[in-house]
Amino acid sequence: MSIPRKHFAALLVAGALTAGLAGCASGPPVATGTASSPGASETPKPSGTITVFAAASLKPTFTRLASDFEAKNPGTKITLNFAGSSDLVTQITQGAPADVFASADTKNMTKLTDAKLVDGAPANFATNVLEIAVPPSNPASISSFADLARPGVKVVVCAPQVPCGAATVTVEKAAGTTLAPVSEESSVTDVLGKVSAGEADAGLVYVTDIKNAGDKVKGIPFAESDQAVNTYPIATVGTGKNKELAAAFIATVTGSEGKKVLSAAGFGTP
Amino acid sequence: MNRRSGTGYTGIPPWIYAIAAAGAVFVLLPLVAMVAKVNWPQFIPLITSESSLTALGLSLRTSAASTAACIVLGVPLALVLARSPFPGQRLLRAFVLLPLVLPPVVGGIALLYTFGRQGLLGRSLELAGIQIAFSTTAVVLAQTFVALPFLVVSLEGALRTAGNKYEAVAATLGARPSTVLRRVTIPLVLPGLASGAVLSFARSLGEFGATLTFAGSLQGVTRTLPLEIYLQRETDADAAVALSLLLVAVAVAVVGLSYRRPRVGVAPEGVFR
Repeated sequence: MSIPRKHFAALLVAGALTAGLAGCASGPPVATGTASSPGASETPKPSGTITVFAAASLKPTFTRLASDFEAKNPGTKITLNFAGSSDLVTQITQGAPADVFASADTKNMTKLTDAKLVDGAPANFATNVLEIAVPPSNPASISSFADLARPGVKVVVCAPQVPCGAATVTVEKAAGTTLAPVSEESSVTDVLGKVSAGEADAGLVYVTDIKNAGDKVKGIPFAESDQAVNTYPIATVGTGKNKELAAAFIATVTGSEGKKVLSAAGFGTP
Repeated sequence: MNRRSGTGYTGIPPWIYAIAAAGAVFVLLPLVAMVAKVNWPQFIPLITSESSLTALGLSLRTSAASTAACIVLGVPLALVLARSPFPGQRLLRAFVLLPLVLPPVVGGIALLYTFGRQGLLGRSLELAGIQIAFSTTAVVLAQTFVALPFLVVSLEGALRTAGNKYEAVAATLGARPSTVLRRVTIPLVLPGLASGAVLSFARSLGEFGATLTFAGSLQGVTRTLPLEIYLQRETDADAAVALSLLLVAVAVAVVGLSYRRPRVGVAPEGVFR
């Protein structure tokens, strides 16, 4: 990380040349570049820069995973871009430079595979379920999903058009409870904002959002949530420039290290 | 410069036209691109769907209410700023104009902490039985907050251009301040007031960030046309584009209406100076 990228590229070229020339010579190849860095002379190490487009709900975990990855692989740089999954799909199809795409649902990933912009098959790496979020004082004394339908309780949910809203509709059906929300927001963040500001008595968001919000909101799990499990897929973007590094980062996310970070944040395993 | 009559001399070097044309293209091209994206066979069904019409109706109603609120609050503000110098006047003007440069979402957060349930005034309002959060009132408040500066700026400019000669004369003839205001000042700046009101209406119509943050989004109650577009974009790009075009058409009609008037009214005052 401390080596300027230009130098590092020169070093790589030098390393590759040396490795090629030294193919018949005995002993390990010696890097002949000006700067020296541990591990850089081993050719299969990923290097360079990639841009990862990830769903907004992945911000804390992916930020952590990316900085861990960079620390373990000196000379790599992972640029992260977080937004709603459907926004990210639009950006990628319009030509935004992405190497990796991690979606909050399979539907948006399918949009990208349908557009022939994905290399290989996407890998499912995490799951998420809904939970009831209430202000810390729980002013409406919510303790179950059925409580949300009580008259006078101000419930905020996601609109059915967005993934968290679609999950809400599924859960409502499973529970046999019809909600009369005071607002249908376009994103989880907006729902959470209204709950943490105390405007709403309760909101339906993902478990991970509640965990990430710390003590600003309280989470109340409910049994019907397992009727709407959201699966998170990740894939290499076909137009990406650095497929090798992209694959290495995906391996980290889907591997044991990724699982550890993700489950600590409240995600489930697919 | 203002005297365009007679000579036909414009005083504009030819190369200015080239850059002006580039500027116009810069603004128009995205609109053209959007029109090109419209799914014309589906256009009418898309903009006349129940949710679209509800959103359009709500937008027009709330924008009209916000414009009325802007006039009620903005006319006195503009008069005070234009006519009576007092300590801290510049500071007051700066704060009144702040919503012009503030990101609307910041305005929404500020309103939330003022009128929200846990807000500065919200708690007292709640005790009085008034609930603003998630209501159409919240939409009107958000729109008024962002649109007020447009009215104040237009009207203050008109008041300064008009000067206070006529008012002084009316006062020497024995008219009381309220009479002067009603019979002389307001008629004098009516074109400025009208253009300010139309601009406020247009700004209210386009208001998005503060509404989303402060009022929420529910069909028929708080989901105005911009919020409907934002939501439709998630699933139905065609509907989002069709509704965007509808909003552009309404905005163009409104702004086009406003910008013919002030010139007729303000120009003679400019000539008098």
